[in-house]
Amino acid sequence: MAEVENPVRNVRWLDPEKKIVLLEAVGEVDLHRSSAFQKALLEPLSRRPQRMIVDLSGVSYMDSSGVASLVKLLSRVRRDNVDLRLAGLTPRVRSVFEITRLDTVFNLYPDVQEALDS
Amino acid sequence: MCDTDTTERRPVIRVVDLVKRFGGRAVLNGINLEVHPGETIVIMGGSGCGKSTLLRHMVASLFGDEGRVELLGQNLNDLNESGLNALRLRFGILFQSGALFNSMTVGENVALPLREHTGLDEQTIDIMVKIKLEQVGLREAADLMPSEISGGMKKRAGLARAISLDPEILFYDEPSAGLDPVTSAEIDQLIMDLSGKLGVTSVVVTHEMDSAFTIADRMAMLDMGRMLKIGPRSEFEALRDGPETGDETGDLIRQFLRGDPEGPITARRLSTGYEEDILATAGE
Repeated sequence: MAEVENPVRNVRWLDPEKKIVLLEAVGEVDLHRSSAFQKALLEPLSRRPQRMIVDLSGVSYMDSSGVASLVKLLSRVRRDNVDLRLAGLTPRVRSVFEITRLDTVFNLYPDVQEALDS
Repeated sequence: MCDTDTTERRPVIRVVDLVKRFGGRAVLNGINLEVHPGETIVIMGGSGCGKSTLLRHMVASLFGDEGRVELLGQNLNDLNESGLNALRLRFGILFQSGALFNSMTVGENVALPLREHTGLDEQTIDIMVKIKLEQVGLREAADLMPSEISGGMKKRAGLARAISLDPEILFYDEPSAGLDPVTSAEIDQLIMDLSGKLGVTSVVVTHEMDSAFTIADRMAMLDMGRMLKIGPRSEFEALRDGPETGDETGDLIRQFLRGDPEGPITARRLSTGYEEDILATAGE
Protein backbone atom coordinates (compact mmCIF):
# COMPACT_ATOMS: atom_id res chain seq x y z
CA MET A 1 0.00 0.00 0.00
CA ALA A 2 1.13 3.58 -0.68
CA GLU A 3 2.30 5.64 2.28
CA VAL A 4 -0.50 7.20 4.26
CA GLU A 5 -0.84 10.93 3.84
CA ASN A 6 -1.38 12.78 7.09
CA PRO A 7 -4.77 14.52 7.02
CA VAL A 8 -3.40 17.29 9.26
CA ARG A 9 -1.68 19.54 6.75
CA ASN A 10 -0.72 22.42 9.01
CA VAL A 11 -0.16 23.16 12.72
CA ARG A 12 0.12 26.84 13.63
CA TRP A 13 0.47 28.60 16.97
CA LEU A 14 -1.60 31.73 16.68
CA ASP A 15 -0.21 33.83 19.52
CA PRO A 16 3.28 34.65 20.78
CA GLU A 17 2.58 32.89 24.11
CA LYS A 18 1.64 29.76 22.23
CA LYS A 19 -1.64 29.32 24.00
CA ILE A 20 -3.80 28.81 20.92
CA VAL A 21 -3.02 26.17 18.33
CA LEU A 22 -4.74 25.77 14.99
CA LEU A 23 -4.67 22.48 13.14
CA GLU A 24 -5.79 22.36 9.52
CA ALA A 25 -7.07 19.03 8.31
CA VAL A 26 -7.68 18.22 4.66
CA GLY A 27 -8.95 15.48 2.38
CA GLU A 28 -10.64 12.29 3.48
CA VAL A 29 -10.29 10.97 7.01
CA ASP A 30 -11.09 7.28 6.73
CA LEU A 31 -9.89 3.94 8.10
CA HIS A 32 -6.59 4.27 6.24
CA ARG A 33 -5.78 7.71 7.56
CA SER A 34 -7.42 7.88 10.98
CA SER A 35 -4.36 6.60 12.88
CA ALA A 36 -2.16 9.31 11.35
CA PHE A 37 -4.94 11.81 12.02
CA GLN A 38 -5.13 10.75 15.65
CA LYS A 39 -1.39 10.99 16.15
CA ALA A 40 -1.23 14.47 14.60
CA LEU A 41 -4.13 15.67 16.76
CA LEU A 42 -2.52 14.56 20.00
CA GLU A 43 0.96 15.85 19.24
CA PRO A 44 0.51 19.59 20.05
CA LEU A 45 -0.91 18.72 23.49
CA SER A 46 2.58 18.15 24.83
CA ARG A 47 3.14 21.91 24.51
CA ARG A 48 0.17 22.57 26.78
CA PRO A 49 -2.06 24.89 24.73
CA GLN A 50 -5.09 26.49 26.35
CA ARG A 51 -7.18 26.31 23.23
CA MET A 52 -7.04 23.97 20.28
CA ILE A 53 -8.93 24.72 17.08
CA VAL A 54 -9.25 22.02 14.46
CA ASP A 55 -10.16 23.48 11.09
CA LEU A 56 -12.14 20.81 9.24
CA SER A 57 -13.26 22.98 6.32
CA GLY A 58 -10.90 21.11 3.99
CA VAL A 59 -12.14 17.68 5.04
CA SER A 60 -14.43 16.34 2.35
CA TYR A 61 -15.25 13.04 4.06
CA MET A 62 -14.86 11.64 7.54
CA ASP A 63 -15.87 8.15 8.59
CA SER A 64 -16.54 7.01 12.13
CA SER A 65 -12.91 6.08 12.74
CA GLY A 66 -12.06 9.74 12.11
CA VAL A 67 -14.83 10.82 14.45
CA ALA A 68 -13.55 8.34 17.04
CA SER A 69 -10.11 9.97 16.77
CA LEU A 70 -11.68 13.30 17.64
CA VAL A 71 -13.53 11.70 20.58
CA LYS A 72 -10.22 10.38 21.83
CA LEU A 73 -8.74 13.87 21.49
CA LEU A 74 -11.70 15.33 23.37
CA SER A 75 -11.20 12.97 26.27
CA ARG A 76 -7.52 13.96 26.44
CA VAL A 77 -8.15 17.71 26.27
CA ARG A 78 -10.84 17.53 28.94
CA ARG A 79 -8.31 15.91 31.23
CA ASP A 80 -5.75 18.60 30.42
CA ASN A 81 -8.26 21.47 30.58
CA VAL A 82 -7.76 22.44 26.95
CA ASP A 83 -10.63 24.17 25.17
CA LEU A 84 -11.20 22.14 21.98
CA ARG A 85 -13.11 23.75 19.14
CA LEU A 86 -13.97 22.19 15.79
CA ALA A 87 -14.46 24.67 12.98
CA GLY A 88 -15.78 24.77 9.45
CA LEU A 89 -17.41 21.36 9.16
CA THR A 90 -18.72 20.77 5.66
CA PRO A 91 -22.38 19.66 5.50
CA ARG A 92 -21.30 16.11 4.75
CA VAL A 93 -18.98 15.90 7.77
CA ARG A 94 -21.50 17.70 9.96
CA SER A 95 -24.05 15.00 9.05
CA VAL A 96 -21.72 12.36 10.48
CA PHE A 97 -21.63 14.29 13.76
CA GLU A 98 -25.40 14.71 13.71
CA ILE A 99 -26.28 11.10 12.99
CA THR A 100 -23.94 9.94 15.77
CA ARG A 101 -25.28 12.75 18.02
CA LEU A 102 -21.79 14.02 18.64
CA ASP A 103 -22.80 17.52 17.56
CA THR A 104 -24.04 17.85 21.14
CA VAL A 105 -20.74 16.67 22.61
CA PHE A 106 -18.26 18.82 20.67
CA ASN A 107 -18.07 22.60 20.43
CA LEU A 108 -18.68 23.27 16.73
CA TYR A 109 -18.09 26.60 15.03
CA PRO A 110 -18.96 27.69 11.49
CA ASP A 111 -15.37 28.80 10.78
CA VAL A 112 -11.99 29.44 12.37
CA GLN A 113 -12.70 33.13 12.91
CA GLU A 114 -15.78 32.33 15.01
CA ALA A 115 -13.81 29.73 16.92
CA LEU A 116 -11.22 32.40 17.70
CA ASP A 117 -13.61 35.21 18.54
CA SER A 118 -16.20 33.57 20.74
CA MET B 1 -38.51 3.76 -16.19
CA CYS B 2 -35.90 5.38 -13.98
CA ASP B 3 -36.47 8.75 -12.39
CA THR B 4 -34.61 11.46 -14.19
CA ASP B 5 -32.45 12.89 -11.39
CA THR B 6 -30.51 9.68 -10.78
CA THR B 7 -29.96 8.37 -14.28
CA GLU B 8 -26.96 10.56 -15.03
CA ARG B 9 -24.86 9.24 -12.16
CA ARG B 10 -22.90 6.04 -12.45
CA PRO B 11 -24.78 3.14 -10.90
CA VAL B 12 -23.43 1.64 -7.69
CA ILE B 13 -24.97 -1.71 -8.57
CA ARG B 14 -25.73 -3.10 -12.02
CA VAL B 15 -27.49 -6.38 -12.55
CA VAL B 16 -27.33 -7.36 -16.21
CA ASP B 17 -29.36 -10.20 -17.79
CA LEU B 18 -28.95 -12.29 -14.64
CA VAL B 19 -30.18 -15.88 -14.86
CA LYS B 20 -30.04 -18.39 -12.02
CA ARG B 21 -31.38 -21.93 -12.24
CA PHE B 22 -31.95 -24.37 -9.44
CA GLY B 23 -32.53 -27.91 -10.67
CA GLY B 24 -33.38 -26.73 -14.17
CA ARG B 25 -35.91 -24.17 -12.94
CA ALA B 26 -35.03 -20.52 -13.55
CA VAL B 27 -35.41 -18.74 -10.23
CA LEU B 28 -34.04 -15.56 -11.79
CA ASN B 29 -34.86 -15.24 -15.44
CA GLY B 30 -33.00 -12.37 -17.11
CA ILE B 31 -33.00 -9.72 -14.38
CA ASN B 32 -31.82 -6.19 -15.14
CA LEU B 33 -31.52 -3.56 -12.44
CA GLU B 34 -29.46 -0.46 -11.76
CA VAL B 35 -29.09 1.14 -8.35
CA HIS B 36 -27.83 4.71 -8.18
CA PRO B 37 -25.63 6.38 -5.54
CA GLY B 38 -27.45 7.31 -2.36
CA GLU B 39 -30.85 6.01 -3.38
CA THR B 40 -33.01 3.53 -1.52
CA ILE B 41 -34.48 0.89 -3.76
CA VAL B 42 -37.04 -1.56 -2.45
CA ILE B 43 -37.34 -4.95 -4.12
CA MET B 44 -40.74 -6.49 -3.61
CA GLY B 45 -42.52 -9.65 -4.54
CA GLY B 46 -44.36 -12.60 -3.06
CA SER B 47 -42.73 -15.59 -1.40
CA GLY B 48 -40.61 -17.50 -3.87
CA CYS B 49 -40.51 -14.68 -6.45
CA GLY B 50 -36.71 -14.65 -6.36
CA LYS B 51 -36.11 -11.45 -4.38
CA SER B 52 -33.94 -13.06 -1.70
CA THR B 53 -32.05 -14.98 -4.37
CA LEU B 54 -31.43 -11.72 -6.21
CA LEU B 55 -30.16 -10.14 -2.99
CA ARG B 56 -27.77 -13.05 -2.47
CA HIS B 57 -26.34 -12.45 -5.95
CA MET B 58 -25.84 -8.77 -5.18
CA VAL B 59 -23.85 -9.57 -2.02
CA ALA B 60 -21.71 -12.18 -3.81
CA SER B 61 -22.96 -15.18 -1.87
CA LEU B 62 -24.49 -16.69 -5.04
CA PHE B 63 -23.32 -16.40 -8.65
CA GLY B 64 -25.54 -16.50 -11.70
CA ASP B 65 -25.54 -19.07 -14.50
CA GLU B 66 -25.78 -16.26 -17.04
CA GLY B 67 -25.39 -12.49 -16.94
CA ARG B 68 -23.51 -10.54 -14.31
CA VAL B 69 -23.65 -8.34 -11.26
CA GLU B 70 -21.42 -5.27 -10.98
CA LEU B 71 -20.85 -3.74 -7.58
CA LEU B 72 -19.06 -0.41 -7.19
CA GLY B 73 -17.81 -0.73 -10.76
CA GLN B 74 -16.49 -4.28 -10.43
CA ASN B 75 -17.89 -7.35 -12.15
CA LEU B 76 -18.28 -9.96 -9.41
CA ASN B 77 -17.63 -12.76 -11.93
CA ASP B 78 -14.13 -11.36 -12.53
CA LEU B 79 -13.04 -11.23 -8.89
CA ASN B 80 -11.14 -13.89 -7.01
CA GLU B 81 -11.77 -14.59 -3.32
CA SER B 82 -9.44 -11.85 -2.06
CA GLY B 83 -10.98 -9.35 -4.48
CA LEU B 84 -14.44 -10.32 -3.25
CA ASN B 85 -13.36 -10.01 0.37
CA ALA B 86 -12.00 -6.51 -0.25
CA LEU B 87 -15.31 -5.58 -1.86
CA ARG B 88 -17.30 -7.13 0.99
CA LEU B 89 -15.76 -4.58 3.37
CA ARG B 90 -17.47 -1.84 1.38
CA PHE B 91 -21.02 -3.05 1.95
CA GLY B 92 -23.04 -4.15 4.96
CA ILE B 93 -25.89 -6.62 5.25
CA LEU B 94 -28.69 -6.60 7.77
CA PHE B 95 -29.93 -10.17 7.89
CA GLN B 96 -33.49 -11.03 8.73
CA SER B 97 -32.64 -12.40 12.17
CA GLY B 98 -29.91 -9.88 12.91
CA ALA B 99 -27.48 -12.85 12.71
CA LEU B 100 -25.69 -12.01 15.94
CA PHE B 101 -23.17 -14.34 17.52
CA ASN B 102 -24.90 -15.63 20.64
CA SER B 103 -21.68 -16.18 22.55
CA MET B 104 -20.71 -12.51 22.35
CA THR B 105 -22.22 -9.40 23.91
CA VAL B 106 -23.98 -6.89 21.69
CA GLY B 107 -20.92 -4.62 21.86
CA GLU B 108 -18.55 -7.44 20.94
CA ASN B 109 -20.74 -8.29 17.97
CA VAL B 110 -20.44 -4.72 16.70
CA ALA B 111 -16.70 -4.66 17.39
CA LEU B 112 -16.05 -7.91 15.52
CA PRO B 113 -15.72 -6.51 11.96
CA LEU B 114 -13.55 -3.68 13.29
CA ARG B 115 -11.26 -6.12 15.09
CA GLU B 116 -11.09 -8.46 12.10
CA HIS B 117 -10.68 -5.99 9.29
CA THR B 118 -8.96 -2.87 10.64
CA GLY B 119 -5.71 -2.25 12.45
CA LEU B 120 -7.40 0.21 14.81
CA ASP B 121 -6.44 0.19 18.48
CA GLU B 122 -8.90 -1.18 21.05
CA GLN B 123 -9.74 2.22 22.50
CA THR B 124 -10.71 3.61 19.10
CA ILE B 125 -12.75 0.46 18.41
CA ASP B 126 -14.54 0.87 21.77
CA ILE B 127 -15.41 4.46 20.89
CA MET B 128 -16.67 3.40 17.45
CA VAL B 129 -18.82 0.66 18.97
CA LYS B 130 -20.41 3.22 21.32
CA ILE B 131 -21.02 5.57 18.40
CA LYS B 132 -22.67 2.81 16.32
CA LEU B 133 -24.82 1.61 19.20
CA GLU B 134 -25.90 5.18 19.98
CA GLN B 135 -26.82 5.57 16.33
CA VAL B 136 -29.30 2.70 16.59
CA GLY B 137 -30.42 3.67 20.11
CA LEU B 138 -28.81 0.69 21.80
CA ARG B 139 -25.85 2.06 23.72
CA GLU B 140 -27.21 0.85 27.07
CA ALA B 141 -27.40 -2.70 25.72
CA ALA B 142 -23.69 -2.99 24.87
CA ASP B 143 -22.95 -5.51 27.61
CA LEU B 144 -26.06 -7.65 27.15
CA MET B 145 -26.06 -11.01 25.42
CA PRO B 146 -28.27 -11.50 22.33
CA SER B 147 -30.45 -13.90 24.32
CA GLU B 148 -31.24 -11.08 26.75
CA ILE B 149 -32.65 -8.65 24.18
CA SER B 150 -35.86 -8.48 22.12
CA GLY B 151 -36.20 -9.23 18.40
CA GLY B 152 -36.32 -5.53 17.57
CA MET B 153 -33.18 -4.86 19.58
CA LYS B 154 -31.43 -7.77 17.84
CA LYS B 155 -32.29 -6.22 14.53
CA ARG B 156 -30.92 -2.86 15.62
CA ALA B 157 -27.78 -4.53 16.96
CA GLY B 158 -27.43 -6.28 13.60
CA LEU B 159 -27.72 -2.91 11.91
CA ALA B 160 -25.05 -1.43 14.21
CA ARG B 161 -22.77 -4.28 13.19
CA ALA B 162 -23.64 -3.86 9.50
CA ILE B 163 -22.60 -0.19 9.64
CA SER B 164 -19.49 -0.72 11.76
CA LEU B 165 -17.15 -0.28 8.79
CA ASP B 166 -19.06 2.71 7.34
CA PRO B 167 -20.26 0.84 4.27
CA GLU B 168 -21.11 2.55 0.99
CA ILE B 169 -24.00 0.16 0.37
CA LEU B 170 -26.37 -1.47 2.83
CA PHE B 171 -28.48 -4.49 1.97
CA TYR B 172 -31.50 -5.21 4.11
CA ASP B 173 -33.24 -8.58 4.03
CA GLU B 174 -36.81 -8.16 5.31
CA PRO B 175 -35.86 -5.50 7.88
CA SER B 176 -39.37 -5.18 9.34
CA ALA B 177 -40.33 -8.85 9.40
CA GLY B 178 -41.63 -9.95 12.78
CA LEU B 179 -41.40 -6.50 14.36
CA ASP B 180 -44.15 -4.52 16.06
CA PRO B 181 -45.28 -1.38 14.21
CA VAL B 182 -43.32 1.07 16.37
CA THR B 183 -40.05 -0.88 16.15
CA SER B 184 -40.63 -1.34 12.45
CA ALA B 185 -41.07 2.43 12.04
CA GLU B 186 -37.87 2.98 14.00
CA ILE B 187 -35.96 0.70 11.64
CA ASP B 188 -37.46 2.57 8.67
CA GLN B 189 -36.25 5.84 10.18
CA LEU B 190 -32.74 4.45 10.65
CA ILE B 191 -32.66 3.31 7.02
CA MET B 192 -33.76 6.77 5.89
CA ASP B 193 -31.22 8.54 8.15
CA LEU B 194 -28.35 6.44 6.83
CA SER B 195 -29.35 7.14 3.29
CA GLY B 196 -30.43 10.77 3.69
CA LYS B 197 -27.69 12.01 6.01
CA LEU B 198 -24.75 9.83 5.07
CA GLY B 199 -25.58 9.08 1.45
CA VAL B 200 -25.48 5.31 1.93
CA THR B 201 -27.02 3.43 -0.99
CA SER B 202 -29.70 1.05 0.28
CA VAL B 203 -31.21 -2.08 -1.22
CA VAL B 204 -34.16 -3.35 0.77
CA VAL B 205 -35.92 -6.64 0.12
CA THR B 206 -39.33 -6.67 1.73
CA HIS B 207 -42.96 -7.52 1.36
CA GLU B 208 -44.04 -5.07 4.07
CA MET B 209 -45.82 -2.47 1.97
CA ASP B 210 -46.12 0.27 4.61
CA SER B 211 -42.39 0.16 5.14
CA ALA B 212 -41.68 -0.04 1.40
CA PHE B 213 -43.74 3.07 0.62
CA THR B 214 -42.12 4.95 3.51
CA ILE B 215 -38.48 4.38 2.64
CA ALA B 216 -38.29 3.80 -1.13
CA ASP B 217 -36.99 6.27 -3.68
CA ARG B 218 -37.61 3.63 -6.33
CA MET B 219 -39.31 0.28 -6.25
CA ALA B 220 -38.84 -2.94 -8.17
CA MET B 221 -41.42 -5.70 -8.42
CA LEU B 222 -40.30 -9.27 -9.03
CA ASP B 223 -42.60 -12.09 -9.99
CA MET B 224 -41.65 -15.66 -10.81
CA GLY B 225 -38.03 -14.72 -11.46
CA ARG B 226 -38.84 -11.82 -13.77
CA MET B 227 -38.71 -8.09 -13.15
CA LEU B 228 -42.25 -6.85 -13.73
CA LYS B 229 -41.62 -3.18 -13.09
CA ILE B 230 -38.97 -0.77 -11.83
CA GLY B 231 -39.88 2.83 -11.18
CA PRO B 232 -40.10 5.72 -8.77
CA ARG B 233 -42.25 5.27 -5.69
CA SER B 234 -44.82 7.69 -7.12
CA GLU B 235 -45.52 5.34 -10.03
CA PHE B 236 -46.21 2.48 -7.67
CA GLU B 237 -48.41 4.72 -5.50
CA ALA B 238 -50.40 5.69 -8.56
CA LEU B 239 -50.74 2.05 -9.52
CA ARG B 240 -51.83 1.06 -6.03
CA ASP B 241 -54.40 3.81 -5.76
CA GLY B 242 -55.69 3.62 -9.32
CA PRO B 243 -58.52 1.48 -10.76
CA GLU B 244 -58.08 -1.92 -12.36
CA THR B 245 -57.26 -1.57 -16.03
CA GLY B 246 -57.34 -5.10 -17.38
CA ASP B 247 -53.62 -4.96 -18.00
CA GLU B 248 -52.46 -8.16 -16.35
CA THR B 249 -49.08 -6.92 -15.15
CA GLY B 250 -50.51 -3.73 -13.70
CA ASP B 251 -53.36 -5.55 -12.01
CA LEU B 252 -50.99 -8.15 -10.61
CA ILE B 253 -48.76 -5.47 -9.08
CA ARG B 254 -51.83 -3.64 -7.78
CA GLN B 255 -53.11 -6.76 -6.05
CA PHE B 256 -49.74 -7.25 -4.40
CA LEU B 257 -49.43 -3.62 -3.29
CA ARG B 258 -52.94 -3.58 -1.86
CA GLY B 259 -52.80 -7.07 -0.39
CA ASP B 260 -56.15 -7.94 -1.99
CA PRO B 261 -57.25 -11.57 -1.53
CA GLU B 262 -58.56 -11.74 -5.10
CA GLY B 263 -56.82 -10.84 -8.32
CA PRO B 264 -54.38 -12.16 -10.93
CA ILE B 265 -51.97 -13.61 -8.36
CA THR B 266 -54.56 -15.77 -6.63
CA ALA B 267 -56.31 -16.61 -9.92
CA ARG B 268 -53.01 -17.93 -11.22
CA ARG B 269 -52.61 -20.08 -8.15
CA LEU B 270 -56.13 -21.49 -8.53
CA SER B 271 -55.65 -22.41 -12.15
CA THR B 272 -52.41 -24.31 -11.92
CA GLY B 273 -53.66 -27.76 -12.82
CA TYR B 274 -54.97 -28.92 -9.46
CA GLU B 275 -57.24 -31.49 -11.07
CA GLU B 276 -54.49 -33.07 -13.19
CA ASP B 277 -52.14 -32.95 -10.25
CA ILE B 278 -54.37 -34.71 -7.76
CA LEU B 279 -55.64 -37.28 -10.28
CA ALA B 280 -52.06 -38.07 -11.29
CA THR B 281 -51.22 -38.62 -7.66
CA ALA B 282 -54.25 -40.88 -7.16
CA GLY B 283 -53.45 -42.81 -10.34
CA GLU B 284 -49.90 -43.75 -9.29
